[in-house]
Amino acid sequence: MSHDNQLTMNTLILKKTVGQPIIKPLLALLIMMVAMTFLSDNFATTDNFFNVMRQVSVNLCISVGMTLVILTGGIDLSVGSVLALSGAVAAGLMKDGLVLEGMGVYVGFTFWGAILAALLVGGLLGAFNGWMITRFKLPPFVATLGMLTIARGLTMLYTNGFPLTGLGKGFAYLGTGWLLGVPMPVWVAGLVVVFFAFYMKKTRTGRYMYAIGGNEKASLLSGINVNKVLLLVYTLAGVLAAVAGLLVTARLDSAQPNAGSGYELDAIAAVVIGGTSMSGGKGSIAGTVVGALIIGVLNNGLVLLDVSPFWQQVIKGFVIIGAVVLDKYSSRK
Amino acid sequence: MSETLLLEAVAVTKRFPGVLALDGVDFKVRAGAVNALVGENGAGKSTLMNILSGVYADYEGTLKRQGQPVRFAQVAEAQQAGIAMIHQELNLVPHMTVAENIFLGREPLNATGLIDYPTMKANAKGLLDRLQFDASPDSLVADLRVGQQQLVEIAKALSKNAQVLIMDEPTSSLSEKEVELLFDLICSLKAEGRGIVYITHKMDEIRLLADYVTVFRDGRFVHEGTADSLCLADLVRYMVGRDTKDFFVKTQHAIGPERLSVEGLSLEDAAHPGQFILQDISFSVSSSEVLGIYGLMGAGRTELLEALFGVHGKRVKGAISIDGQPVAIRTPKEAIHHGLALIPEDRKRDGLVLGMTLEQNTSLASLWQFLTYGLLSQRKEHKEAESYRNSLHIKSHSCCQQAGQLSGGNQQKVVLSKWLLTHPRILLLDEPTRGIDISAKNDIYALMDKLAGEGMAIIVVSSELPEIMAISDRILTLCEGRLTATFDKDAFSEEAILKAALPGCKEGDVPR
Repeated sequence: MSHDNQLTMNTLILKKTVGQPIIKPLLALLIMMVAMTFLSDNFATTDNFFNVMRQVSVNLCISVGMTLVILTGGIDLSVGSVLALSGAVAAGLMKDGLVLEGMGVYVGFTFWGAILAALLVGGLLGAFNGWMITRFKLPPFVATLGMLTIARGLTMLYTNGFPLTGLGKGFAYLGTGWLLGVPMPVWVAGLVVVFFAFYMKKTRTGRYMYAIGGNEKASLLSGINVNKVLLLVYTLAGVLAAVAGLLVTARLDSAQPNAGSGYELDAIAAVVIGGTSMSGGKGSIAGTVVGALIIGVLNNGLVLLDVSPFWQQVIKGFVIIGAVVLDKYSSRK
Repeated sequence: MSETLLLEAVAVTKRFPGVLALDGVDFKVRAGAVNALVGENGAGKSTLMNILSGVYADYEGTLKRQGQPVRFAQVAEAQQAGIAMIHQELNLVPHMTVAENIFLGREPLNATGLIDYPTMKANAKGLLDRLQFDASPDSLVADLRVGQQQLVEIAKALSKNAQVLIMDEPTSSLSEKEVELLFDLICSLKAEGRGIVYITHKMDEIRLLADYVTVFRDGRFVHEGTADSLCLADLVRYMVGRDTKDFFVKTQHAIGPERLSVEGLSLEDAAHPGQFILQDISFSVSSSEVLGIYGLMGAGRTELLEALFGVHGKRVKGAISIDGQPVAIRTPKEAIHHGLALIPEDRKRDGLVLGMTLEQNTSLASLWQFLTYGLLSQRKEHKEAESYRNSLHIKSHSCCQQAGQLSGGNQQKVVLSKWLLTHPRILLLDEPTRGIDISAKNDIYALMDKLAGEGMAIIVVSSELPEIMAISDRILTLCEGRLTATFDKDAFSEEAILKAALPGCKEGDVPR
């Protein structure tokens, strides 16, 4: 077998195992990592590796939810605000419990109770997005743009604009602790990724999400309850934003009212760089993982190379655009 | 008849990854003539047209424009050279006016550099008059019927002074009257010395219109000649490479018990409350029976099938019963549950998820069958899809090919497999053979016949009279949302059925 054939065979095997669209982002990631290893002595160290992973894990949780949303042909701009509100709710309940002054009600919350409540808040806000989109046929962009403001405002109301701090060791462990040599946030993000990668590939509902993004009318005519699936997708995006909110709050041991602002853009970038089509129907969780890692390595690399924060933003923007241009250009050929 | 060649393709070859779409074909476009190009789906007709009109620039071989070799790098260059294509899917901007669409990208400007609307409208009016098209240049394209939109496309081509007009199955969504108008128009364009390239599957159109006929098969040139020197049987043999005796003849099955009955069904127009798209429709269909529904565009044929299938939800009034049991069907999901299946008219828009594989499309409406411990089993999906791919002769290189890459006839078979997998007892087919080639058509007729033989109740909508008369046991005619007549097999006649479907005929004029 000639060298060329060997190469084609390898590509074929790679295509079969990881799926064609993620080869390019994966290569880009590898090239970036090799380049960084030569450019900075501090890049390829165990400490830095876990540092990057921990930073990536928050974006990754949001990005997985965003992948589902974008696969169905939608968008969720509200995830950053939902993250903040869920984090604040968890912190507030853990610290002070639920106090309804007018009615003289006080409910104390355990650690787990507060976490559950935060996830519930995320899910409810997400479900509200889904309800507006399915019931009133609002464009997802508009519905979630509204929610972006609503949830941020609610966060400010709940916290009075001040950070909630001092949440206890147990909670901080979620953000800063280690388990079996791996940081806790990485465990959480890893579980989310594995679960949803499996979910999208192996369940009916996962398949329906792809189908709806590919052709909503044909999906409806195939007996798929499109509204129900969309409602679930936005609810899950909300829950995953809440998971990210818990990680952020636990790591800082404090719920910041401004937490997560702009995170929706990093998530969308990760999804798009990972090869998911903005018009829906095509893409994968695996691609999103690679996309999130690219953004993480880029952020980390630019800091290590001492690039000014202003330039960092400019460079990040060009990388996002460049990745998509490259993808479009090479897939047309 | 002149022998001036406006455009000629010589030994053109076009490769797609893994497919040889065109293999050294020749094609001539003569001035002042209708040059018909026929062939089954996948014969390479559309590919050649895309080369002629500048969509594909990478091909082998030569194009000659009036004897001079040319190579169009993009559509604009082909248009410059006077070649215009009227696409099967119309390329108009729906929320712009007729005039704006005709002059899109070439708007006349006034002294200040702004659009000169009076001139634009006047020019548009002039073009529309020439086409004897009475719409106003100010009407929105979205408000026009498909046939009228097509005229706008033609006006647009004429405004660019196109000498070669390529029409890809232009009549596939036109009513009979619109078809007549189009044919008149083609004749007058011909008389002006323009060359028409006419792609079609319909034999009667070739007989009526064509001066020259070129036949492709599997990407190869098979035959070229004048239309009058060609008889139908020859043509069909060139196309499919076999004789007409294989053509479809329906088997007469013993009609079983009543399966579906509809009483007083009506459908309100969502956009205009108080107006009805369907009104007071009652009929029934039995096991092993093929019920044909005939009507012109806008008669409510598609809407009737959709209403039965739960697409219009609560806007549908009336009583539906299946096997004597009253049922309420409000969503497609419930319809599937009651054993209905709908093969929609527009398979690309409504039938398939084009980006998904053949296999994933096949399983989509019945995923519950492919679960192992609640999880999707790709092995099961693959097995079922593969078995339908074989039994329905779906041409594709594997079950993992994207549905969007298949030809029309094969796409339709994928839609059919999807619905057969739901094990329906009542099959609703909306124009099941629209835009697909003869051999796929025959496969579909044979399949319908087999299913009827197995006891399935079938309702089929078709706008082609010979087709619907060949495949149905009984025909209902719809006109403007009302049922106008029922014909039993021995009463089938083209004239009577057409008359019952024409607006303006009253109940009682025709046997009920």
